[in-house]
Amino acid sequence: MSNSPLNKRSWQDALKQFLFENKVIILFVGLSILCMAIAQTNVSYIASEVFSRFGRNACLVLALIIPCLAGLGMNFGIVVGAIAAQISIFWVVHWGFTGITGFVLCVLMTTPLAILFGWLQGMLFNKTKGSEMITGLVLGFFAAGLYRLFVLYIMGGVIPYDDPNLLDRGFGLRNAFDLTGNLKYALDDISCLTTFTVLSVVMLLSTLVVYFYGKKTGAESKPIAGKLIGWGALLVFSIVARYIPFLNEMLGGTRLLLSDAAVLGGLALILWGAMLLVKNRPGKADPMFAKALKWVILGAVLVISAMIPVVSKVYRAVRLPAMTLAVICLYVLFNSWILNTRLGQNMRTVGQNRSVATSAGINVDKIRIIATCISTVLAAWGQLIFLQNLGTFNTVQQQDNVGLYSVAAILVGGANVQKATNKQAIIGVFLFHTLFVVAPLAATQLVGDSAISEYIRMFFSYGVIAVSLAMHAWKLAGNSKKKA
Amino acid sequence: MTKEKLKKTIDAIGWPRLIVCLFFAAIVLTAYVNGIDVASYFSSTLKYWGMWGILVLAMVPSIKCGVGPNFGVSLGICCGLLGTLLAIQFEIAQKIDAVLPGFGPWASMLFALVIAAVVAWLVGVGYGKLLNMVKGSEMTVTTYVGYSAIYLMCIVWFRAPFNSGEIIWPLGGVGVRNSVALETSFGGLLTDFLGFNIGSIYIPTGAILFVLGACLFVHMYFRSRTGLAITAAGANPTFARASGIDVDKMRIKGIALSTVLGAVGIVIYSQGFEFLQVYTSPLNTGFICVASVLIGGATTAKATIAHVLLGTFLYQGLVIFTPPVSNQLLAGTDISDTMRQIIQNGVILYALAKAKGGSSNE
Repeated sequence: MSNSPLNKRSWQDALKQFLFENKVIILFVGLSILCMAIAQTNVSYIASEVFSRFGRNACLVLALIIPCLAGLGMNFGIVVGAIAAQISIFWVVHWGFTGITGFVLCVLMTTPLAILFGWLQGMLFNKTKGSEMITGLVLGFFAAGLYRLFVLYIMGGVIPYDDPNLLDRGFGLRNAFDLTGNLKYALDDISCLTTFTVLSVVMLLSTLVVYFYGKKTGAESKPIAGKLIGWGALLVFSIVARYIPFLNEMLGGTRLLLSDAAVLGGLALILWGAMLLVKNRPGKADPMFAKALKWVILGAVLVISAMIPVVSKVYRAVRLPAMTLAVICLYVLFNSWILNTRLGQNMRTVGQNRSVATSAGINVDKIRIIATCISTVLAAWGQLIFLQNLGTFNTVQQQDNVGLYSVAAILVGGANVQKATNKQAIIGVFLFHTLFVVAPLAATQLVGDSAISEYIRMFFSYGVIAVSLAMHAWKLAGNSKKKA
Repeated sequence: MTKEKLKKTIDAIGWPRLIVCLFFAAIVLTAYVNGIDVASYFSSTLKYWGMWGILVLAMVPSIKCGVGPNFGVSLGICCGLLGTLLAIQFEIAQKIDAVLPGFGPWASMLFALVIAAVVAWLVGVGYGKLLNMVKGSEMTVTTYVGYSAIYLMCIVWFRAPFNSGEIIWPLGGVGVRNSVALETSFGGLLTDFLGFNIGSIYIPTGAILFVLGACLFVHMYFRSRTGLAITAAGANPTFARASGIDVDKMRIKGIALSTVLGAVGIVIYSQGFEFLQVYTSPLNTGFICVASVLIGGATTAKATIAHVLLGTFLYQGLVIFTPPVSNQLLAGTDISDTMRQIIQNGVILYALAKAKGGSSNE
């Protein structure tokens, strides 16, 4: 993986290693291309489907990273977080809140519930060290049973919940819960400009808070002037752009066209790369130079690709929800931020070796509970994002496949039980959902019946997890044999 | 002193088993008080006890050989389904009936059992080899291997080249239908065999005898040289290895036996149900089997025949007695499936927490 010039290897070796390290990704890219070739549908449709599924699922998948690094494996227990989110929706919809107000209220209600659930789950995981994954899976089913009891018998039965629109027969919620007109697209519909405003204000405040908190505790703090100027510029831009008709039309709507996003993002990347070059004035041998150059080239590729008619046709078919993407970025930033804090370092230590962590004075059980809590909360918010995009959900069973699909996605991205990164999560969501979209199309083309596609999807999801877990356990067993 | 004694007794019985027993007793009592026909529900409990017995018995060899509860029993189930489908496809019942009238169903079931057992043994050996590679994470791996096997077989069933009119979709379709009737082959064969009534309780003698026979077989097997070696390998691998037992081989034998019992179990289950349920219906079976044996008092490291018989009876009793009772008490609602889900998974969670992680001793 290292790019250091000291590592003198022939390019064949490098290629071999690259192929080996990315075997799962390559397999899935190959399968997707094969399916696309068989299905012969237009790329625009696939692209727009994949991007909308990406916005829906990415946060749930990103919630898996922290417990994985804390040594808890793949957290199948995110189902519990999803349940917390669904419970909060019932009340917010009942009270009649709509749009972003309702969404924020959902977040506020979900969070304490998810923390409580995560805490209980973490305690259970501490009792079953070494078999957290099967525990998480069974816990998901168990929690789903309790949730079902709650939804079908307690809501309206024991707890007063008088809403003829939502109740089925005096008690028990309806099978399908419709969010149209209240929470549907609550987050997706926020325009790009509003997103920029919110994002820059949040980042400005958090930068200041971190800076002054650092100063107070006497820790070394990095200069923040550059950050402040950057986010401030974005804030000014987001306000000014509203009065420029051309920009307002492009960025003020509920969705952002991928073609516009590619041009803007490309320009931003070029600017960022150029700034790095100017500011640091690195020599050609400096790794910084290569990095900056990489950004510039990537940006240029994005901008140029938007000019090519074939590609731009696809780009124009994809409409991005700006705020949801911003939230995904925040998830990524949060994950990488927390792993660099002291807490995050402790989590990594616990994940690598519990006895070493204990002897270093780390409270292993507490760290594991915190990691589980964070994951549950992130998953609960992720489920809210998922549901506001979907617009309607199966009251009793919606949470059932959350763990399965999320874990399968991150494993497809190349993660394993002990190591997962943001990059793997993002790549995984794209690949897994591309296959999810194209496999049924290909199956319909081949067999002429779409019923089989459901089986193929499920077989892929379970198969990926089975193979990945088996390969990892095999490696572990091999290691312990070597030690003994 | 008495308090300590009480605590000790409860620990020995185990909280979940105690709760489930009390719950079951309460349900039966409520049913009796509310004038529900307890005898007929008791008859169904016995019938389902005979149907599920062997599937649950499949947990014993896998727990004894050190792998832990076999969530992947669905692998064996797929083999059992294949055997039964082949028996129908080749019209064994009709062919034998033409030669030896009356023996058709028996021949058909025997054919299904033999095919199922042979295929399951082969699959089980491969599966055992896989599980030897993943020591320490068997439960997670078995669960997911079981799930993916079921969906793989779904794809197979969907396009399998059967052409018997009883198997394929009507109106000249291809592929296996959702549930295949066993009327013309061996549906209800064991359940009806030598069946008699005590009062108004029906005793499905054939099925119960078959289950007890299988239990006896497993019991004798674990008394044999190989069986003892398997138990030793499961109980303490290091010690077993020191005394010259090939632990990996014994684990493979245990898993293969478990898979075969799963295959035989689904054939027996199907004869009682009188339909063969294909596609995704076996998804939950593994969990039901694990929960049953755990309710009976087994742990992830220890299981006996008695645990199987008691656990299956309690689990099936609960599943059968809750619907009428909840229907009566809660005015036309069926809470039973929800209760089943909570109890089933709660019992498994308790066992996992008790085991303090890791089924394997290595």
